[in-house]
Amino acid sequence: MQGENKIITITVNSVRLTVVVVVTSAFAACGGNQSALNAAGIQSERLDYLWWLFFIICAVVYLIVIAVLIAAFVRTKKVNADAEPDLTPQPEREKRLSNIVKGAVAITVILLFVLMVVSFRTGRAINSLSQRPAPVSIKVTGHQWWWEIEYRNDDPSKNVLTANEIHIPVGQLIKLELQSNDVIHSFWLPNLHGKRDLIPNYPTAFYFEADKPGTYWGQCAEFCGYQHAKMRFRVTAESPEDFEAWITAQQQSSVQPSNDLQKRGEQIFLTTVCAQCHTIQGTPAGGKVGPNLTHIASRPYIAAGSLQNTRDHLAAWVTDAQSIKPGTKMPMNTYSQEDLSALIEYIESLK
Amino acid sequence: MTEEELNKIQSSQITPERMEEERRDLEQTWSEPKGIVGWFSATDHKTIGLRIIVTAFIFFALGGVLALFMRLQLMNPENGILGPDLYNQFFTTHGSSMMFLFAVPVMEGMGIYLVPLMVGTRNVAFPRLNALGYYVYLIGGILLYVGLLLNVGPDAGWFAYVPLSGPEYGIGKRVDLWSQMVSLTEVAALIGAVNIIVTVFKFRAPGMSLNRIPLFVWSEVIASFMVIFAMPAVMISSSLLSMDRLTHVSTHFFNQAEGGDPILWQHLFWFFGHPEVYIIFIPATGFVSMIVTTFSRRKTFGYTALVLTMIATGFIGFGVWVHHMFATPLPQLGQSIFTASSMLIVIPNGVQIFCWLVTLWSGRLNIKAPLVFVFGFFVIFVLGGLTGVMLASVPLDLQLHDTFFVVAHLHYVLIGGAVFPLFGAIYYWFPKWTGRMLSEGAGLVNFVLLFIGFNMVFFPMHILGLNGMPRRIYTYVAETGWGDLNMLATIGAFVMGLAVLTFIANVAYSIKFGAVAGENPWGADTLEWSIASPPPSYNYQYIPVVQGRHALWSRTKDAPVVTGLHVNIREILATTIHDAMPEHKYDLQGPSLIPFFVALIVGAMFIGFMFTPWSLPIGMALLFIGFFAWFWSNSVGDRPPFMPAEENPTAGDSMPNEPAEATA
Repeated sequence: MQGENKIITITVNSVRLTVVVVVTSAFAACGGNQSALNAAGIQSERLDYLWWLFFIICAVVYLIVIAVLIAAFVRTKKVNADAEPDLTPQPEREKRLSNIVKGAVAITVILLFVLMVVSFRTGRAINSLSQRPAPVSIKVTGHQWWWEIEYRNDDPSKNVLTANEIHIPVGQLIKLELQSNDVIHSFWLPNLHGKRDLIPNYPTAFYFEADKPGTYWGQCAEFCGYQHAKMRFRVTAESPEDFEAWITAQQQSSVQPSNDLQKRGEQIFLTTVCAQCHTIQGTPAGGKVGPNLTHIASRPYIAAGSLQNTRDHLAAWVTDAQSIKPGTKMPMNTYSQEDLSALIEYIESLK
Repeated sequence: MTEEELNKIQSSQITPERMEEERRDLEQTWSEPKGIVGWFSATDHKTIGLRIIVTAFIFFALGGVLALFMRLQLMNPENGILGPDLYNQFFTTHGSSMMFLFAVPVMEGMGIYLVPLMVGTRNVAFPRLNALGYYVYLIGGILLYVGLLLNVGPDAGWFAYVPLSGPEYGIGKRVDLWSQMVSLTEVAALIGAVNIIVTVFKFRAPGMSLNRIPLFVWSEVIASFMVIFAMPAVMISSSLLSMDRLTHVSTHFFNQAEGGDPILWQHLFWFFGHPEVYIIFIPATGFVSMIVTTFSRRKTFGYTALVLTMIATGFIGFGVWVHHMFATPLPQLGQSIFTASSMLIVIPNGVQIFCWLVTLWSGRLNIKAPLVFVFGFFVIFVLGGLTGVMLASVPLDLQLHDTFFVVAHLHYVLIGGAVFPLFGAIYYWFPKWTGRMLSEGAGLVNFVLLFIGFNMVFFPMHILGLNGMPRRIYTYVAETGWGDLNMLATIGAFVMGLAVLTFIANVAYSIKFGAVAGENPWGADTLEWSIASPPPSYNYQYIPVVQGRHALWSRTKDAPVVTGLHVNIREILATTIHDAMPEHKYDLQGPSLIPFFVALIVGAMFIGFMFTPWSLPIGMALLFIGFFAWFWSNSVGDRPPFMPAEENPTAGDSMPNEPAEATA
């Protein structure tokens, strides 16, 4: 019997350890700019509240059940396999036990009912945003494996097309029009809202609001093939003034090359394969396969959040994207050292 | 049935010599043929059942090795052990392997071995069909792993969502291989289900009325009914997918550009996919009920409630599938209904937990390895059940869906809810299968390693999911801060691997050197513990008559048995559905090679359909020949003349003469 007691002690200890780890990590987890527990918007705050309500109720239920289980193991009169089985337990006691079970079931039903009602109310509340007119409307198209972001304007020449980089004004309702042209993706921005699937032929709208300025990361949550892991996006929530400044800058055509090196870079861009897939507003480059590069230098990350936008990373990406993100549509390109630095110089000028 | 007829299936008095003679005859009639040909023609439920269990464990181990590789890849940010291609093949094969090749088959294998013993008969209702099921399952499993070795392992996830798995994006034969594997294993699952249901409903020992059926047998019946309703959905969807993908067929069931619908796939898949979880879980609750009862040394508390809650789970399990689709643009009101139904299913599960807890609380515990694993089941499964409540809520699910939180949840439910009870069940029934006990000490080491390793792997995943880590990503950047917990999980995965190795070593050692078990080492209550370990080929020399819910515990000293079944042909007793009153005798088919050849044809037909639609008509023509041979050879031969009881030489009174009727 010693052995068994030891096992139970070890188990109890590891359960206790687990609980400690849970609590500490759960609180440590309340941070980060890609976390469901660090709410930065009205909806994610409600979700956060809902989470902690579920968590506390479930944790209490769990601890009671496990306490009863452990008590049953500890208090029992230990016997061996030859102990006479008890086929006629005392009826009084059985009745009492059966009442306890009925009570426990009743409590379960009540708790579930409470959780269900709170869940419905939260669902209604977070969806009520869609009843208001949204001042900012953004079209998000999922591609294998990057996000195309479009800010449409009544004047089509002022449409903004960018990639993996969303700017929003704080405190204003944002409407996202989500769609996919290839496989199913899922848009998930944990600090601000839950996720929504982008299913081909099922365009859908999605509303949220950010209350705290900051940068928040999101990424594709529905397995979409090879590079599902490297399909990230960044949301910058900023003051309406900063947002206006950003969108105005993005509405401009691309910066003209200002020195010979940049001019040579532009020539290379326009005369080699680059222009077949990428658009640079204000130049003849009008490809639609890859991200729009009109203001590529203003984006802090490239390759859907997998690389910081530095000179070295750009050069690596241009020459050998396949080893960084195998399967991407970006081909391998061979340039002489001079051509490459001219090209990078030009790309880096596209603020 | 008249009294006279009833008397024919009992005998009066039998001498020990005659008993021994009958035993030898039975052994000769029921034993399996020897040699290679004999191996392929086996039809005994114990042989087939053990083969399924061992095969399923091999797939469990292979799936586990793939998981170890996945954990190594995720150990550090931007790790390069597996590229995206291998990682995607590995996680798809891991999931498909565990769901289609391990969990469902192993639960059916346990049923096929144990159900005929527990209900007191000599084989399953359709022994040759049973053999066919095993070979078809084996072919499906080999197909998946041969594909992986040839670098055509499926890579679209075990759920194979279109359009990613469709003809446009799922290039090569990878997804075709997956869908044919699914079709093959589901054929096998349906065969097992039909066998279990008919065996339980028609071949129970006299006296085992519906309200006396052991809880494990109930669980197998309910899971089998769920198989019959759930598996066709996935077979239809995988067949539609292969037709969409096959060049000369090119249908457009899921092609949105031609009026097809990608969401149709999700409905069909999850209409199977969620009941599948209960198909795995319900038999595991059967194990828990048996183990809790035996080791609490008291009658099961709330037998009726436990049966009804299993049935309720079986029904409600079909009404929750949309909670896998809360993030799709489906109407909100519809989604709310599935929140309600998903929460509703917690109630029967709660009742089960409470009944077991009360049984444990009010019993005197014999704490041995099987019960220790059941202890682990409670600690882990209840947590998984509670995170399931969270996932039932639409708004919360929008945050948690498709993240590592769900990975944690499903492993708490499936490993806690099914694998821990399964290990307990193996420690429990291993003595019956082999005649030897598994080592108790190694069993406890096995438990501690598995329990600690499991929690190290999967507990951190809850936090990772809340911190934004989606599922099925092959890598992540360091800035996400997910590295530490992933490292912890990877270490835990190897602790779990150690636990499985301990288990394998324990089995390998104990099968030769374990303590001799005897008939009933645990003092258990169900019929299988009344016969030798391992059981003889004919199971019961005399079919027992069941006198109470706990067959062996309530058996009186002068308990009647059924005699008068032929010993020279494979004859069993059919009984009525409700009260298990003797109805008539029934001849079972014997060993045959035909199921093996039919399985080869079925396998070739399905595999051929990856390449050409012609495999279907050609396969059907061959199958026609196969089934023709099957039914032609169905005759059991000439029946020996029946020797009425009155003509028996009478001497002694070793077998009392009582009517073989159920008495409540």
